[in-house]
Amino acid sequence: MQSSVGDPGAGKRGMNLTLRIWRQKDPTVKGKMVTYKVTDISPDMSFLEMLDVLNEQLIMQGEDPVAFDHDCREGICGMCGVMINGEAHGPQQTTTCQLHMRSFKDGDKIDIEPWRASPFPVIKDLAVDRRAFDRIIQAGGYISVATGTAPEAHATPVPKKDSDAAFDAATCIGCGACVAACPNASSMLFTAAKVTHLGLMPQGQPERDDRVVNMVAQQDREGFGGCTNIGECSHACPKGISMETISRLNHDLLGALRAGARPKS
Amino acid sequence: MPLELFTAGEPIADTKAPADVPIGERWSERRFRGRLVNPANRRKMTVIVVGTGLAGGSAAATLGEAGYKVKSFWYQDSPRRAHSVAAQGGINAAKNYRNDGDSVHRLFYDTVKGGDFRSRENNVHRLAEVSVSIIDQCVAQGVPFAREYGGLLDNRSFGGTQVSRTFYARGQTGQQLLYGAYQALERQIAAGSVEQNARTEMLDLIVVDGRARGIVARDLVSGEISTHFADAVVLATGGYGNVFYLSTNAKGSNATAIWRAHKKGAYLANPCYTQIHPTCIPVKGDYQSKLTLMSESLRNDGRVWVPKERGDDRNPREIPEDQRDYYLERIYPAFGNLVPRDIASRQAKNVCDEGRGVGPGGLGVYLDFAEAIERLGRPAVEAKYGNLFDMYAQITGEDPYSVPMRIYPAVHYTMGGLWVDYDLQSSIPGMFVIGEANFSDHGANRLGASALMQGLADGYFVLPATITEYLADGPFEKIDDSHPAAVEALQSVQAQVQKLLNINGTRTPASFHRELGQLMWDLCGMERSEESLRKALDRIPEIRQEFWTNLKVTGDWHSFNQTLEHAGRVADFIELAELMCIDALHRRESCGGHFRAESQTPEGEALRDDENFAYVAAWEWTPEGQPPVLHKENLEYEYVHLAQRSYK
Amino acid sequence: MVTVTHAGRRTPKVAKTNSVVKKVVMAVSGIIMLLYLVAHVIGNLKVFAGRDSFNSYSEWIRTVGEPAVPHQTVLTIVRVVLIVAVVAHFWAAVSLWRQAKRARPQAYANKKSVAQSYASRTMRWGGVIVLLFIIWHILDLTVGTVNPDGTDSTPYDRLVASFQNPFITAFYVLALILLGMHLRHGIWSVTQTLGQSNRRRERTVNAFAVVFSTALTAGFLLVPFSVLFGLVD
Repeated sequence: MQSSVGDPGAGKRGMNLTLRIWRQKDPTVKGKMVTYKVTDISPDMSFLEMLDVLNEQLIMQGEDPVAFDHDCREGICGMCGVMINGEAHGPQQTTTCQLHMRSFKDGDKIDIEPWRASPFPVIKDLAVDRRAFDRIIQAGGYISVATGTAPEAHATPVPKKDSDAAFDAATCIGCGACVAACPNASSMLFTAAKVTHLGLMPQGQPERDDRVVNMVAQQDREGFGGCTNIGECSHACPKGISMETISRLNHDLLGALRAGARPKS
Repeated sequence: MPLELFTAGEPIADTKAPADVPIGERWSERRFRGRLVNPANRRKMTVIVVGTGLAGGSAAATLGEAGYKVKSFWYQDSPRRAHSVAAQGGINAAKNYRNDGDSVHRLFYDTVKGGDFRSRENNVHRLAEVSVSIIDQCVAQGVPFAREYGGLLDNRSFGGTQVSRTFYARGQTGQQLLYGAYQALERQIAAGSVEQNARTEMLDLIVVDGRARGIVARDLVSGEISTHFADAVVLATGGYGNVFYLSTNAKGSNATAIWRAHKKGAYLANPCYTQIHPTCIPVKGDYQSKLTLMSESLRNDGRVWVPKERGDDRNPREIPEDQRDYYLERIYPAFGNLVPRDIASRQAKNVCDEGRGVGPGGLGVYLDFAEAIERLGRPAVEAKYGNLFDMYAQITGEDPYSVPMRIYPAVHYTMGGLWVDYDLQSSIPGMFVIGEANFSDHGANRLGASALMQGLADGYFVLPATITEYLADGPFEKIDDSHPAAVEALQSVQAQVQKLLNINGTRTPASFHRELGQLMWDLCGMERSEESLRKALDRIPEIRQEFWTNLKVTGDWHSFNQTLEHAGRVADFIELAELMCIDALHRRESCGGHFRAESQTPEGEALRDDENFAYVAAWEWTPEGQPPVLHKENLEYEYVHLAQRSYK
Repeated sequence: MVTVTHAGRRTPKVAKTNSVVKKVVMAVSGIIMLLYLVAHVIGNLKVFAGRDSFNSYSEWIRTVGEPAVPHQTVLTIVRVVLIVAVVAHFWAAVSLWRQAKRARPQAYANKKSVAQSYASRTMRWGGVIVLLFIIWHILDLTVGTVNPDGTDSTPYDRLVASFQNPFITAFYVLALILLGMHLRHGIWSVTQTLGQSNRRRERTVNAFAVVFSTALTAGFLLVPFSVLFGLVD
């Protein structure tokens, strides 16, 4: 019923593409860029569907398919993400799964690489380990409220503008594009998004100082680079998290340090 | 019904809900009567929680806070990826902040009615009671719900209800609620009360002396298959919509955990109840890997139509008004474009079956905003639906401001799942099932904004309160890898994995998955009939046979191998598909998401048969070659009177 | 190649100093140097008041505060503060640079810069060139060891002697343009690092950065061009 490559049904002529993909068997071996060709790719395909086509071909040839992370394929889970021709998630400001092949043209050469940062070691091919982000959240990216202890929801009104701004920051999907795009491999935008989200809510105030010093200490401990205010992160962010969050983090951090907050060791 | 497809077993019943007090007192009475575990003993007990969506994430965090040792498992890299993250619309709660007549009883009533009288009253009432605490909890966690200018929480009406009880965070409510649970979970991981097992997939349940005592899981990175033991096991692994291959589920969403637990003795209830969502972006080609939902709210202003003439493939803007069929407005003048999900879906299928569908393959209908743009002005439409329009344009490359959207129904949610009692305990003592993975609250049809409510109700409030009754008998005898049950489970998983690799045939797992999905969509989809289901039941064993003789999986199992992961999941989907068809065939009535062509009113609406089918069908697995056993749980309606739905 | 496992994750030494604090050191030292530059450019404009005015200004810098404090006290303080600022600025830059290198040991085969301005991209190498320029500039005009007129001349003569040479002027101009770009990004970066930037202010800050750094660069360029074209001799 299948194994057809490309999309004969779309009525548009498919594209032929040359892919250069980073292949690396596991974290212990060296990887390299390997060239593949795919033919008759429909412009309506998503980028990951194009990779599916390649992988079906590879399996049928008895070769190891290209490992890449993905899950929801609707741009919200944050699982997917590769460098496409030198840009995190490719030429559009969206997730890799929401990038469509109409952004490319017949005959294009496409370089596909994993996120590169030492805190994101390659697991295989294009899949990397992003648990460093979880550890940054563990360092303080939460409000300590045990289940069942919450007061009535309307007890604390929240100004709409604060709530809206908190929401904007809270839309971060933790994909890691900010780190991948940053020339310093800094995780500042990720950390700042959470610090901003919780710092803008009244519920987040009691832990605000400790949160920021601990989360920043953890991102340094993970081995991410430092922020030098370049802005590649925000530009690559599929959710458009603003650099303003980083300013807010800096502001909170300096305030917290002045107030005597120190990271837990 | 010929006997060979299944055999009838003993009826079952929930015995945990205190029937001797009025429904409004049953939950508090249950908590009072249930035994507790003292804090010193909690530290000695381990609970495994599989899955980190709204249900699993909130349960693991809450059990960790309570002092149990929790082992949490998820197949993605981070708990934040669980597919609850993709829920758009909102979460219902009976807060009555709008003073519009809402109450716990009304939410209970709406949910039972919306479920087409196939859910259990006690569970639904508890859900409605608990709903108010969920909002308190999430707000305290810092979830940035939409607010009004006065700083109080905003509500909207959702899915055709007459009250505004839906709380939301723009179009990303699921994401924000999940991050609340995720952060609570990470806090417990940092505190050392929850052990994390990322990229680890449950492949079997370990049952010792009739009790669930652990799981066999594969580390997807190293490939290592190992055993994990506990005093109780909680499954929160979501629904099985991916049996249809194309659905709004995540690519990784799978039925493996519940299916393998089913094969270890857990009953699977109402597997044929699947919800088809009417407003999804249509399929474009056979490479399609996933369907994307467009929020139901679009039907508030968009008008659904198809050309009157078959095969009219003119540009929609060139089709004059009098040659268009606004079929929902025509058939349902009272509700128009706002009829419930199942009705909107089925009518779309009907017009496409008549050959009046639009777009590639004729599988689509127009959702037109031209009238709304003219009436409200483009800025107003942009403000309301801008992000949805952008999403549509991103995926289709078309501009919905100038051409009508094309939409088509897609599989969205599965109301069926593992059978549980009022305590959310399955038919295997010690195994609890929460969230979409269980069957209990939505009957034959789930209302909009109720999935998030149920997941969080189960995880934050219900399971942590009911599991104590079971754990009060613990801690149970220590077991380890050498226990015969553990050895058997481990070896059978290893053997199955090796078997998948040894076939070395000519078809990829994805090709089998697509074939199965197409078959299920065609024969056990929006409309089922005796004929279609029999055809499916003839065909599925053939697919299974070919799968096990002609599958090709590259690589080995001692490494990161996504093809192998997929193959194992497809193997389980094939078996589950067969049970779904048997269930659909045996239920010779239409109800909610289950529409049998033979059971409809003269106007073509779903016709229930309360006389014969007001029960939960709980299926017991039997070894291969023997038909499954049907256990019926009778459904009684004390508080909501059985009535036929009507939206005319 | 990264082969770090979580069990064996090493803690980079750099983590001992918070990466944000390093940026703050950079911002504060940058502000000090910026204030100095403002004073410097005002002083430069004395050239147009003539040789005596310029030379006596130069002398005043060394004698200000006398007799309350000894000769050159104020100048020494300024110099010490500036040296500390330069060293701190340089240390922070190198430290962040090294941290970035460690954070991405394996470079991309293909990497585009899409948001980076030319200024932000050249902060590091531009900074190094500016530093080299400053060293040369001190040797040329302050100390005089590399000046065509040598160490025994007056400040005014050294200045004229240098800028009559078109090659020296060209180098000076190039370095100042780099300095201007460095300042433009630096001013924005300071507001961001000190947590004072937000979406509303961003436009204003950016506009100020452009106007300020252009004006400052122009002020500095006025002198060499005037010498080169014979307006000052």
